[in-house]
Amino acid sequence: MVLTKQKIEHVAMLARLKLDDEETELFSEQLNSILAYVEKLDDLNTEGIEPLVHVLPINNVFRDDVARPGMPREELLANATMVEEGQFKVPRIV
Amino acid sequence: MVLPNYEAVIGLEVHVELKTQSKIFCSCSTAFGAEPNTQVCPVCAGMPGALPVLNRQVVEFAIKTGLALNCEIAGMSKYDRKNYFYPDLPKAYQVSQYDQPICRTGYLEIEAEEGKKRIGINRVHIEEDAGKLIHQGAITTSSYSLVDLNRSGVPLLEIVSEPDLRTPREACLYLEKLRSVLLFLGVSDCKMEEGSLRCDANISIRPRGETRLGTKAEIKNMNSFRSLERALEYELTRQMEVLEDGEEVVQETRTWDEGQQATFSMRSKEEADDYRYFPDPDLVPVVVDQEWVQRVRESLPELPDAARQRLMEQYELPAYDAGVLTMTRDTLDFFDECIRHYDDAKVVSNWIMGEMSRLLNQHNLEISASQVSPSALVRMLRLIDEGTISGKMAKTVFEEMFTTGKEPDVIVKEKGMTQISDESALEPLVVQVLEANPEVVEDYRGGKTKALGFLVGQVMKATRGQANPKLVNQILKRHLDKS
Amino acid sequence: MELCGLTVHELKDKLKKREISAADILDSCLQRTHQVEEQVKAFITITEETARETARVLDEKGEYPGLAGIVCGLKDNLCTRGVRTTCASRMLEDFVPGYDATVVKKLKAQQAVILGKLNMDEFAMGSSTEYSSFYPTRNPWDLKRVPGGSSGGAAAAVAAGQVIYALGTDTGGSVRQPAAFCGVVGMKPTYGRVSRSGVVGFASSLDQVGTITRDVTDCALVLNQIAGYDHMDSTSANLEVLDYTSSLVPEIKGFKVGVLQEYFQEGIHPGVKETIKRALLKMEEMGAIVEEISLPHIKYALPTYYIIAPAEASSNLARFDGVRYGLRDLEADNVEEMYINSRSLGFGPEVKRRIMLGTYVLSAGYFDAYYLKALKVRRLIKNDFDRAFEKYDVLVTPTVPTAAFKLQEHARDEDLLAMYRSDIATVPANMAGLPAISVPGGFVDEMPVGLQIIGKAFAEDTILRVAYAFEQHTDYTARKPSLGVK
Repeated sequence: MVLTKQKIEHVAMLARLKLDDEETELFSEQLNSILAYVEKLDDLNTEGIEPLVHVLPINNVFRDDVARPGMPREELLANATMVEEGQFKVPRIV
Repeated sequence: MVLPNYEAVIGLEVHVELKTQSKIFCSCSTAFGAEPNTQVCPVCAGMPGALPVLNRQVVEFAIKTGLALNCEIAGMSKYDRKNYFYPDLPKAYQVSQYDQPICRTGYLEIEAEEGKKRIGINRVHIEEDAGKLIHQGAITTSSYSLVDLNRSGVPLLEIVSEPDLRTPREACLYLEKLRSVLLFLGVSDCKMEEGSLRCDANISIRPRGETRLGTKAEIKNMNSFRSLERALEYELTRQMEVLEDGEEVVQETRTWDEGQQATFSMRSKEEADDYRYFPDPDLVPVVVDQEWVQRVRESLPELPDAARQRLMEQYELPAYDAGVLTMTRDTLDFFDECIRHYDDAKVVSNWIMGEMSRLLNQHNLEISASQVSPSALVRMLRLIDEGTISGKMAKTVFEEMFTTGKEPDVIVKEKGMTQISDESALEPLVVQVLEANPEVVEDYRGGKTKALGFLVGQVMKATRGQANPKLVNQILKRHLDKS
Repeated sequence: MELCGLTVHELKDKLKKREISAADILDSCLQRTHQVEEQVKAFITITEETARETARVLDEKGEYPGLAGIVCGLKDNLCTRGVRTTCASRMLEDFVPGYDATVVKKLKAQQAVILGKLNMDEFAMGSSTEYSSFYPTRNPWDLKRVPGGSSGGAAAAVAAGQVIYALGTDTGGSVRQPAAFCGVVGMKPTYGRVSRSGVVGFASSLDQVGTITRDVTDCALVLNQIAGYDHMDSTSANLEVLDYTSSLVPEIKGFKVGVLQEYFQEGIHPGVKETIKRALLKMEEMGAIVEEISLPHIKYALPTYYIIAPAEASSNLARFDGVRYGLRDLEADNVEEMYINSRSLGFGPEVKRRIMLGTYVLSAGYFDAYYLKALKVRRLIKNDFDRAFEKYDVLVTPTVPTAAFKLQEHARDEDLLAMYRSDIATVPANMAGLPAISVPGGFVDEMPVGLQIIGKAFAEDTILRVAYAFEQHTDYTARKPSLGVK
């Protein structure tokens, strides 16, 4: 599979990244070379193999349903660049 | 609403917030209505490095719900990330369940017009809620928005029905029934106005007799049962008109505008959300064995269908009454508590469905918030039975009980509302009324028995409603039949 | 020798005998840092004041249990309450967490003297620390060379005598590879052995906190303090933690050592090959049974890694949207513009590349071919290891096929894959979640070479024992870089 320029732009949109023409060019070259490399996996027949998500066989890790205070609001907001009325401020949505 | 040539195919996706103490992946409180951003920690704020740990109660509630909806409970379920950017979604992914939900293939029975009907449940899965965005005015004109993360990480169940619903009415009945089941289970408070019950609909139409599905639209933003029905009706008509014009229905998401009573296109699917679901490596699978399922099954409370049956069989209540009394757990509990101390179920039912529900609606209250306790209602019914107050006076007393929370005896005493049951006190009044209305007396004797009612009314009026109507009736009859 | 050049256990002895104070150790490390930091550039943030305060309080009390009083450094992706945690990214240049990572809490509870936050490749993506958004760190053995990465600052600081030990993170070799390049000991414990809570996530299913120390004894001492179950990390293993110092036995007679053949074929530097072969002979001399072994799927580990790690990273790094923390384009007219501009300005090229790659392999139509396929191959790789450990106590490889390369050597873009191949021998342990340690195994052209020892899950004690025995029979850890302590 080859990553076209169009596909790169679509992926950049999904990832919320802006690439200029030069970067698009460069990335498409680099990503294609990486993809060509990982296509090595196609040599393997993996039919019927269970995908491995967790290396450890751990299940059912739970906490009890007990409410505790969160963090002080000033601390929560301390790293935000725009705050108003105790909330995070963002520019218009549409 | 009936479209003669078309049939609607409707499926509902219902989100309910679970009534846990703490959030799904952290210990922050889920309490509604707190000051913005005061119930937030690094986990639900999506701070770098913060990791989720699943709340056991969420799984417990999901199994409960699954069993009540006749679902299969998955032996193994897992958590996936649904990736998308939105300012109310702190991690830029929502933890949800994609291909291995905790519950699958169940059904819910509704009382449709043509009788009982099973609506298939495709799946029930666990996910987390997002925060809230507060716009300055409408979203479309707002120059900025504010983000409150108190709701971020509140546990949700998404309950997805099969496309088995055929009319907007059925969709409403399904949602009402689902709500009552969830309320009986005690897993959610299901308040549409607070957003703890939310409903999206997929709707398409097809010519009657056609078995293939038409192109569907997804309808969002229906904030009440009423708007669900209205929105679906609107959408049905819209889609029919599109087809009648020889055009095609577009697959899209549409939003219901309450003000304009219409649906509007939000975006077409071509902008293609690509959620890139994949298993969340920070969360481990949940394994539910038969023992766990059995334990939850044994803890299930009586559900609306069983309660309804019980009311009809044990108290011989009409189906309608039984249906209303089993809409919510609290209503049924109220009824059951009354009936423990009072024999006449129908009388209790009438008061709950009548005055009680009228006043609750008027004050926009839930029965659990009512100041009238079951024992107070029973006490008042006894005052009627004892002849201390009339049924008409009781309405006044009840309203006073409802607004002040006072005991009925106290109200009767304070207002001097005791019924006049003394024959010697009523006798002269009856004579006065008869003398003042000779023509009516004539009518009665001429066979117009209805005239009696008018005369009773006149006596009641003269006593400002305090006369015992039964007694007045008797005395009047005695006088009228005498000569 | 100056104090800053000693090991944890040597300093503990001196503290215990009251020969020195915590302030003496700190002074020595600070002095050293003032001498060499200009050249090495190991730190992003130096927390001299709080370090002095910790040392002062300790010295007042005069007791030094555990790691108390020993100067250490933290890779800058471990969250530290009140101290900025940048991940060496413009994105988090001003980010100050309100919480400590669990490992940091544990060190603080031990009254470790934390000297500061160490340089790294941005968000731990890279193998040279050249992808730090601030400046590259240099290898104390040769300032023209890289220290490795992504925990390059941590390895360089330990090698240069600026701190006595450091904590790093290892997703595909990020602790072991720089440890090998800098001639120190780097351990990646079993996945789940050490809590990830408060570790800025790169690839959650692979990330693990690791130690960088001057010798194997120190590795055991530090691991003792950071290992263990954490209720704040669902993937943390609820297993008893051994006292790892009890595995420091200089004897491995009869131990079965499997040598992974795949890492002695093409791509390995002849000098490295020779060095490791010598190390293996040494092990044989010590009585170990050394055999060659081949794992059929191990050659697929690196391509599998370059699907799984970017996929998880693309999702983990999506939270950097400018809303709650991190760099933000304040001029953005709408939310979409804010996202795009903030992220494009905040992330460097390698991070963007991996986010792009990860987004792509998860996207509709490609998920099965790449991501799902990789998860299945990951299973095959793990199965290979499981089978090998039925027969062998440990598996060994060169940690890296080469010694430290020169700065800019792989900067040319066509060399991207060459840079990635630097992790070829370290990635498999992450894929299978196994513990692995890199110990100094010799030198090539005056540059250190690392020997990697891989164990079965939770057998940190076994690899520590083999590493310790090897160390005791060689003198490679004794050699210090030219820039090091005389």
